Amino acid sequence: MRNSLANFLLPAGAIIAALGVFGVFVWFAGASPLEVWLLLFKGAFGDWYSWQNTLQRAAPLMLTALCVAIPARAGLTVIGGEGAVVLGGLACAGLAQGLPLPANMVGTVMVCLAAALAGALWIALAGWLRQYRGINETISSLLLAYIAIGLFKHLVEGPLRDPSSLNKPSTFSLAEGLRIGGIAGSDVHWGLVIGVLACLAAGLWVHMTPSGFAVRVVGGNPRAAQLVGLPASKLILLACALGGACAGVAGAIEVAAVHTNANAALIAGYGYAGILVAFIARQHPVAIVPVAILFGGFGAAGSLLQRRLGLPDASVLVLQGIAFVLILASEALRDVDWKGFFARIGRLGPSGAPSAALPEQP
Amino acid sequence: MNPSFNRRDTLKSLAALGAAAASPLAFAQKPLTVGVIYVGPRDDYGYNQAQAQAAAELKKMPGIKVVEEENVPETAAVQKSMTGMIAQDGASLVIPTSFGYFDPHMLAVAAKFPDARFAHCGGMWTEGKHPKNTASYFGYIDECQYLNGVVAGHMTKSNKIGFIAAKPIPQVLRNINAFTMGARSVKPGITTSVIFTGDWSMPVKEAEATNSLADQGVDVFTMHVDGPKVIVETAAKRGKMVCGYHASQAKLAPQAYLTGAEWNWLTAYTTFVEAARSGKPHPNFIRGGLKEGYVKMSAYGPTVTDAAKKQADGVKAQMVAGRFDIFKGPLKDNKGATIIPAGKVFKQTDLELEKMNYLVEGVIGSV
Repeated sequence: MRNSLANFLLPAGAIIAALGVFGVFVWFAGASPLEVWLLLFKGAFGDWYSWQNTLQRAAPLMLTALCVAIPARAGLTVIGGEGAVVLGGLACAGLAQGLPLPANMVGTVMVCLAAALAGALWIALAGWLRQYRGINETISSLLLAYIAIGLFKHLVEGPLRDPSSLNKPSTFSLAEGLRIGGIAGSDVHWGLVIGVLACLAAGLWVHMTPSGFAVRVVGGNPRAAQLVGLPASKLILLACALGGACAGVAGAIEVAAVHTNANAALIAGYGYAGILVAFIARQHPVAIVPVAILFGGFGAAGSLLQRRLGLPDASVLVLQGIAFVLILASEALRDVDWKGFFARIGRLGPSGAPSAALPEQP
Repeated sequence: MNPSFNRRDTLKSLAALGAAAASPLAFAQKPLTVGVIYVGPRDDYGYNQAQAQAAAELKKMPGIKVVEEENVPETAAVQKSMTGMIAQDGASLVIPTSFGYFDPHMLAVAAKFPDARFAHCGGMWTEGKHPKNTASYFGYIDECQYLNGVVAGHMTKSNKIGFIAAKPIPQVLRNINAFTMGARSVKPGITTSVIFTGDWSMPVKEAEATNSLADQGVDVFTMHVDGPKVIVETAAKRGKMVCGYHASQAKLAPQAYLTGAEWNWLTAYTTFVEAARSGKPHPNFIRGGLKEGYVKMSAYGPTVTDAAKKQADGVKAQMVAGRFDIFKGPLKDNKGATIIPAGKVFKQTDLELEKMNYLVEGVIGSV
């Protein structure tokens, strides 16, 4: 109970502190802090339109954050989710282009599975290089992302290119039936639901199942895990593949719900934003959902802030930076013994009673 | 999430939107809100700055309110920005300026807001295929790149000039070819070395490309990337000359800057604004060159010789008079094949030119 209270109070306090610091910041820049705070709230969560804006921006981040969080539970720091996103998008568009798929839900599931497979293989490759070749997975996954982007551009601008896409090289568009639409006529596409479900499923898996527990043991102490007979390498590869599959699906959803084809606009940094989301969520799959929504909210609010106050785009990045540094820093307060802290404060207080008691002890 | 609540709320906001969007068209006196969206920073000394300069001019006009947003990626984010400009700021004319905003983003939002007008930079609006409330505008900036080439041709001592380009797409190839033909009209032996960086904004690669071409003896540079700043500064640092692109970069390197190909988007913006204010049909497809005032040249730098100025001004006068065609036969590509047979002339408006997929004779590089 105490722990869950801290889980809520620490980040909430950090965000409030960040808004305060940001208020001072914009005040120095000549804007009214009050107006900025109101606009931030209005832009992110003020009405149904703002909510749609926020949720739509949050949708891809949930899946790309899982690409960091799931391997993290197995003790790996994977930062190359971007590679899995673009290859997922490519696999989605490529399969739709290469095979006559049924133009309905079945086809959509097939392109998403193809994307999941592509992403899974790519991140599992980073895991394999670590387990069997001793290559640091952080570096290799990042470098693999560059290779994936190169591969993506080569194929989109070359063999898979729709010849009619002149100034914006793209693959052929997905058939209407394969695309992912909005939820109940809104702008928010089903990718959000997939993202939330994936986060919940990952949370259940990590915390409620034997294999999830085994992954956590491997992440905690691989040597001990091997001593008790857990297949550490296999579990690490599994965690990498699951994470990669999530990022791959994020790419497929971007293609099927937003772009309708694979093109360079897919390389929008969702994979890298996911790293931040996962770290703020402390690699906890379920916590990714609110963090991703907060992140989407920053994006939505930044948009309104620019339009209303003419503040530069960087101003919201400043707020985001302050907020995330404070959220991470607030973790230092988690283990503080508050009772002792307040008692100490009391001792320093004017009454002086406890200190007066000291000399009597000997 | 209660669906009935959502639907009711959406209907309400849609009704409000319809009213907000329709009223400026009906009453010309009411202020017109124009939304402008940029893919990069407004002060990039390049593509986005050229658009932002026109937006800044628009702001000064009475009865016009401009809302802007920069660094908007070509993803769902731009759809949200467009929707927000209409829904939250009451914009009735939205100008998404990056090429990638057109399909599917602008088309998707335009379908949802039939009363708002959309004007996109560079897209190919096609009758019957795209909705009537959307439009595309662009300029024949290859005319300016041809003039850049003429000046470069006069100023180069090594007879090697360089072009740093983002991607081998038609708009870029057309500029490379025009620049090369301009230079070779002065000295037929000149060659243009091209390096493609692979994307619109790759500052590190752009600097590397500039240095590598400078090492190879290239002494005049031009470019087609979103922000030419790095190339201009690097070339100047290496003691080389540059012709600018998109906006004027003269401030960055006053001595090295010869001249430049600049957009003059105010012409396009005012065309759309006038039509929106008077309630006339949306001009769906507008294009123009030097003659129509869609593009302009930067002022000559201090080192440009009189002979260079004279020839460039002469060609420019012919272009303005509509008597100069850049792409005409006989024209060979850099592999020796004839691209345009003798006697055939492509006018600037010819859509064939928007499909360009070759590099002309004299260009060192491949598509």
